[in-house]
Amino acid sequence: MKVADALPRLPNFSHAILVVRDDAGYPLSAATAFRVIDGGIELAPVKTGENVIRDTADARLVFSHIRPYPGVGYDQRRYIELGGALNPAGAGWRFVPRTARGWDEQDLSFPELCQRALPQARRYLGQLSAERGHEVRPQMALGWRFFLATRLPFLSATIVPVFLGLAAAGYDRRFSFGLALLTLLGGVAIHLGLNVANDIFDTLSGADEANFTPTQFSGGSRVLQYGLVSLRQMAIIAATCYAIAILIGLILVLATGPGLLWVGVAGVLISYFYTAPPLRLVHRGLGEVCVALGFGPIMTLGAYFVQTGHYALRPLVLSIPVGLLVMLILYANEIPDRGADAKAGKRTLVVRMPKDAVLLGYVASVAATYVVIILGVVLRILPWPTLLALLTAWLAYQTFEGLRAHYESPYQLMPFLGKNVKLHLYTGLLLVLGMLVATVSR
Amino acid sequence: MQTSIAPVNMPAPVVGLLQAALVAELTVVGEGGRLRTDPMIPFWDGRHILMTSSILFSRKLQDIKANPRVSLSLSDPVGVPANPFSRATIQGDARVIDEDLHQGWLRVLPLWEAKEPIIKTLLAPLQRLGLPLFWERAIIEVTPKRVLWWPQGDTTREPEVADLRGAPV
Repeated sequence: MKVADALPRLPNFSHAILVVRDDAGYPLSAATAFRVIDGGIELAPVKTGENVIRDTADARLVFSHIRPYPGVGYDQRRYIELGGALNPAGAGWRFVPRTARGWDEQDLSFPELCQRALPQARRYLGQLSAERGHEVRPQMALGWRFFLATRLPFLSATIVPVFLGLAAAGYDRRFSFGLALLTLLGGVAIHLGLNVANDIFDTLSGADEANFTPTQFSGGSRVLQYGLVSLRQMAIIAATCYAIAILIGLILVLATGPGLLWVGVAGVLISYFYTAPPLRLVHRGLGEVCVALGFGPIMTLGAYFVQTGHYALRPLVLSIPVGLLVMLILYANEIPDRGADAKAGKRTLVVRMPKDAVLLGYVASVAATYVVIILGVVLRILPWPTLLALLTAWLAYQTFEGLRAHYESPYQLMPFLGKNVKLHLYTGLLLVLGMLVATVSR
Repeated sequence: MQTSIAPVNMPAPVVGLLQAALVAELTVVGEGGRLRTDPMIPFWDGRHILMTSSILFSRKLQDIKANPRVSLSLSDPVGVPANPFSRATIQGDARVIDEDLHQGWLRVLPLWEAKEPIIKTLLAPLQRLGLPLFWERAIIEVTPKRVLWWPQGDTTREPEVADLRGAPV
């Protein structure tokens, strides 16, 4: 903060606190009235007993405010600390500020303030480690670290398309529970591997480090930035997940035929090269397409093939709406990340396009989702109960309105990013339900 | 006016301020003698003033370790809703307690919750995941040495002074 920026803010405070060092070396503070005059500040003289406040070039003037919030605590936190010279003479003491620092939560949200303070936390932990002769790290239970590092709640993006493929196979009277379980495990493993690999490469590229406004939907898991998990541990988790996925994939290929191999290989490659060099697909504006393919047709058709041994048009059509909606999860999550992504050279679609075009892209994709479902029913590819999925149109509208209203505000966007995740989940589950209803009534 | 009072007998008006205060301004002496002030929530345990600081905002902790001399200002009639209101400055020696950053500070939690009830909600496991380093915290324990307080908050008049140096703790 610059002094010139601080001075106009001072009338927002009721009083100032003058701080100097006393003769014993202790800080000595006293509240006082103030007014800003000609780039300086005039203070009402204060009495401090035997501690006489003298002329000093190194005084502090502090302005602090909160508003009590009964039952909660307080809000409206703001403070400014000015450093400068004090001349305590006459009826109005003169303070000339040279430096300023401060924080106003209305200008800089508390979560963002915390993100910006990460280097200080690392310095402190480094100092403690040096003092104690062993590494001091933040603590978190292993289960929670895994939950955070793998971004477990986003597994719905895998569960929905796999269930759709299984539902489509069931509609064709083909279903093996064992193979279904293996398919789901393979899909989960590749998804978790992707999430962890994404964090590793976004940390190495600097994208996550430069992001001061992560939300629960964007900016990665932050476990590396917080020092909760090491890069090596993350690499082990990613490699283990990919190894499990590949192993399960090979078992399924042996069980169902080589036709599955191409889908499996495509899935692994898209997942890994999503953020990994040299392809870095997401850096080239291809992230959305990759996610739509990976969590749409590849998962759904793969799950269908495992059950039936062949591909078909119906699971392909079913996969398009969930592919589009999962793409929109990424697309909307990139809105708060766009500043950091741009700095890191991650040229996502949202980075490349202006706000209006981004919002138009969202509307067009949602519209395409529902058009595909309706056309699928009209053309008799999908059974009519899948029209149940249209019930989520209201949620899509609410999400769009939220994105439009809070495009520039990462933390106000959060509830709508949450609705966007639900839009994918509910639409996908309603499609599954529609297929099950059709299967039972067929 | 100068009196000698044991810390357990912190002047009653100042105890009232400490118990009511949602904010106090803690000043530490930093590198090169530079003063640095941060707003904090103070707690009074009858012997010491306690505060907790996240490692995210730990520069003050480093400064205290290098120079324990601090002062605490209780000055905002809104943030310190005591009745009757007065203003006080407490000078003292601070100690950083950071052996267990993850759980050591939890002993201050009941005092913290009494002033900021939302803390209990924010400590729920899923909430805590959002800002995990905010919950890695040290305790700042200030042993008061000298107290200046201004009845009615009028600092243009001479303060009452309690010198606590040498008193039994």
